[in-house]
Amino acid sequence: MTNLRQSTVREKADSTKQMALAIGSAKPPRRSALRMMLPTLTPWLVVGLVLIVGITLFGVLGPLFVMDPTTIRDIGLRGPSSEHILGTTQTGQDVFAQLAYATRGSLEIGLIVGVLATIFSALFGILGTYIGGFADETFSLISNVFLVIPGLPLVIVISGFVPPAARGLWTIAVVLAITSWAGAARVLRAQTLSIRSRDYVAASRVAGERAWRVIAVEILPNLLPVLASQFVFAVIAAILGEAGLSFLGLGASNSSTLGTMLFYAQNGFALPLGAWWWFVPPGLIIALFGMGLSLVNFSIDEIINPKLKNVRLHRKRARAVARRLRAGKDDR
Amino acid sequence: MTSIHVENLVKDFSVRKGIVRRKFRAVDNVSFDLLPGRTIALVGESGSGKSTIARILARLDSPTSGTIAATLDDGATVPNRLYRRHVQMVFQDPFASLNPFHSIEHHIARPLSIHRVTKGSAATASRVLEMLDRVNLEPPEEFAQRRPHELSGGQRQRVAIARALAPGAGVVIADEPVSMLDVSIRLGVLNLLGRLQREDNLAVLYITHDLATARHFSDEILVLYKGRVVERGPSDDVILDPHHDYTRLLALAAPDPEKLGKVVSSEAAPDRSTLDNTVCFNHFTGEWEESEARVPA
Repeated sequence: MTNLRQSTVREKADSTKQMALAIGSAKPPRRSALRMMLPTLTPWLVVGLVLIVGITLFGVLGPLFVMDPTTIRDIGLRGPSSEHILGTTQTGQDVFAQLAYATRGSLEIGLIVGVLATIFSALFGILGTYIGGFADETFSLISNVFLVIPGLPLVIVISGFVPPAARGLWTIAVVLAITSWAGAARVLRAQTLSIRSRDYVAASRVAGERAWRVIAVEILPNLLPVLASQFVFAVIAAILGEAGLSFLGLGASNSSTLGTMLFYAQNGFALPLGAWWWFVPPGLIIALFGMGLSLVNFSIDEIINPKLKNVRLHRKRARAVARRLRAGKDDR
Repeated sequence: MTSIHVENLVKDFSVRKGIVRRKFRAVDNVSFDLLPGRTIALVGESGSGKSTIARILARLDSPTSGTIAATLDDGATVPNRLYRRHVQMVFQDPFASLNPFHSIEHHIARPLSIHRVTKGSAATASRVLEMLDRVNLEPPEEFAQRRPHELSGGQRQRVAIARALAPGAGVVIADEPVSMLDVSIRLGVLNLLGRLQREDNLAVLYITHDLATARHFSDEILVLYKGRVVERGPSDDVILDPHHDYTRLLALAAPDPEKLGKVVSSEAAPDRSTLDNTVCFNHFTGEWEESEARVPA
């Protein structure tokens, strides 16, 4: 009897052990580090993502389906019709076709500048700060100098200086990137200063990690939300900056962007003629894309500063309480 | 096993006040030997230079003067590039010493692969589980996949200890390893450290401001005051028979359960303003020693 009980107890212990082993070997789903950094899905984020994805798809796929935007027809300035969804320009070119190509051009500029500016700011903001001492002083001096350089006037001067024949997409992108990385570098420097003095960085140095690994594996992941936010911001700034330049006629030559569209609309007296279909669509796309990126940026801000998330949760809770109170009053 | 000989350690920090730069001596002429299987406790208040000594030994800071020599059993000096493999550190704050981005496995696997203790990812993974098992984190498979924020302070500190021991270190510097932990789990972590020390014959430098755990845990105590050693000796002697006024002051600062309800009278306590850190009582010789101030280099 006792023997039997003992054996059942042992069996039970064995089975729990096996269960534990099974759980162990089944490997619990690995909680990915990146997943932790993703923003919570709020209505704002959804709206922002829909805008960005929609406009990006339009820019990427649109040009494949529309007619040639440069074809000149002798129909002149016409309003939207079934043949030309967004009407035609003064020279009879299809506005919708132009819009698709222009969106693609603006997105290209935004992406190139966003990547370049983020790389510059990471280089100057993180690397020098981690090394410290003289390197930090030098890198921070350089970014401070670039910070006080007035962006748009410099861009205008440089763009005006480069002959139009050599003024390609990349020239404009590099010029915009050079004038827009400094602010981000300063923010990164402050963050890196804080992270580099944390114990886990010291611990990885004690463990014998090499400097580049400490930066890339221990420090950089903790800066990802900041970098993402800065990338998004750089893209907005680049698209707006390029539109401004092109509107002034200083943009990339023989490329089509939303800014050049506005430039031609302005030159073609679209506004006095009341040809809204010519200048409203490109303006709207710039505004909506900027809005989408900003909405995404707000969500990224919540990861950088979790307090903001709490504010939202508190507000939600407060609203729920208020609703319940109101419902209670109605009952009575 | 590894031992460390510290001789005449001096560390100056330069303090900038406006445009005037001035030197501040954080550690002054400190010497001791860390031997396998033995624990030395560094005791002192905040700012007495304990953590600076820890950071210098862990090579996070460089000393202004003095020598630190790590030697093996046969008397051979540990070469510089192997130093980190032999000397490891456990940090004070377990909430700051683990990277929130990485899993527990990463923290223990990195020292293993840096020092090529294990070859191949499968061997490393199984050694990680072994280490987690040694520090009583059960089940290790589950803990390995977790991230620091899912662990309690005590569990994190166990991970930090596992990380320190992973490369097979012979010397462990424990910088107030339990001061940030809940009182109820301090003893558990200290006992774990003690067990691992016996198993691996480790040399431990235990840094604390708590005289009680210093006595419980260490063989020898060095009392630091303003960067200098003011009293040294076997732990029981230093605690039960303190000679230097500063040691008495430290002992009085700890609440005594037998005098419950009584305020420590300020008259009985030695006067802080007359504390002298130029003399040191050595319990080994039973004599007062002059701690000569070294001429700044």
